[in-house]
Amino acid sequence: MSPKSTGDWPLYEVFVRGKRGLNHVHVGSLRAADDEMALLHARDLYTRRNEGVSIWAVRSDTIAASAPDEKDPFFAPSGDKVYRHPTFYDIPDDVPHI
Amino acid sequence: MKRAPMQQTPVPETPAQGTPSKEAPDSMNMSAFEDTIARDRRIEPRDWMPDAYRATLVRQIAQHAHSEIIGMQPEGEWITRAPSLRRKAILFAKVQDEAGHGLYLYSAAETLGADRTDLTERLIDGRQKYSSIFNYPTRTFADVGVIGWFVDGAAICNQVPLCRTSYGPYGRAMVRVCKEESFHQRQGYELLLTMMRGTDAQRAMVQDAVDRWWWPSLMMFGPPDDDSPNSARSMAWRIKRHTNDELRQRFVDMTVPQAEKLGVTLPDPDLKWNEERGHHDFSAPDWDELKRVVSGDGPCNAERVARRRAAHEEGAWVRRAAAAHAAKRTARLREGAAA
Repeated sequence: MSPKSTGDWPLYEVFVRGKRGLNHVHVGSLRAADDEMALLHARDLYTRRNEGVSIWAVRSDTIAASAPDEKDPFFAPSGDKVYRHPTFYDIPDDVPHI
Repeated sequence: MKRAPMQQTPVPETPAQGTPSKEAPDSMNMSAFEDTIARDRRIEPRDWMPDAYRATLVRQIAQHAHSEIIGMQPEGEWITRAPSLRRKAILFAKVQDEAGHGLYLYSAAETLGADRTDLTERLIDGRQKYSSIFNYPTRTFADVGVIGWFVDGAAICNQVPLCRTSYGPYGRAMVRVCKEESFHQRQGYELLLTMMRGTDAQRAMVQDAVDRWWWPSLMMFGPPDDDSPNSARSMAWRIKRHTNDELRQRFVDMTVPQAEKLGVTLPDPDLKWNEERGHHDFSAPDWDELKRVVSGDGPCNAERVARRRAAHEEGAWVRRAAAAHAAKRTARLREGAAA
């Protein structure tokens, strides 16, 4: 295989942990020939100014994702369950610590 | 209730993985799209969007990415000749940032279904454009300072509003770019301040660079509004937030006091404060020159594209080697797993 450009390398999604105690957050994507190169490129591309203490690089084609439409019935089960929120419950103002 | 189908290899930020709502008529999709824009929400990669919106974005983002990549050259030429280790390190960091900005933007273009290999080929074949400013030569080290001050200053004027552009990945790329761009502008201005404290010859170099870069910098904002046919549509789609002339005015107003502080003269005898408008009046650059440079006839067009092509072609063996290495490694892992 002879890649015509870096565009022929697999696509990776990059997640960076900004500092200890925080989640890894998606920051963008890049192309790399393999996992090791993906991490090196992710470091050079997304953490040039101390933006992170840990990086995940994940092959984009291994990610399972929900369908794009946000109003999709996929999310409907959570839409009508107001009783899952604390504000659903009426508690008298003079009850402390609740 | 119908359950949303899980898609086979769906990716959050990656090329148009299937068009959503295949069964929905375009008119319904269109009204959802327009509603999203009207509510100032963002369009995301796998949302339905009009073909023209997608095409406009691909063109704009690709040109923007190409500009960052070609933009490495005028200053890159000065890395070996920078007068101190400090200036060399700064220039290295800046040029590396430009490469990074190009890559953020190519990624954003890919989320629209553009092919990165194809974009690179369009650039080195001269089929896709980049900012006209990078077709001017950097004659002295003062040019490095003036590029940071003017060109990155103009880029900031252009890019800050683009952080709120209607297409999500483009806006997010711009947020990253803008965070880094401020260093670019400041290092340039600081470089010039240092030269202005030097000898008469150094001050003359700065003034000469200012004289050469002022008009091309004004052209960076594109043709005047009455000659910019696609602006209105890009504004309606909230891809653009301000017109070319508005951004140009903003740049001039921002730059005039900085020039005074620096002690240089901007080469426009008609540049003056207009109390009534609350803005500076200034002369129009030579639009014919912009047309010539954009259409390929600038001082460095051929050189810039040839350099990019050479870098691409000279990198072919590296790409082959990396692919071979990855293939061998995968094979070894597979053997290991089988054993």
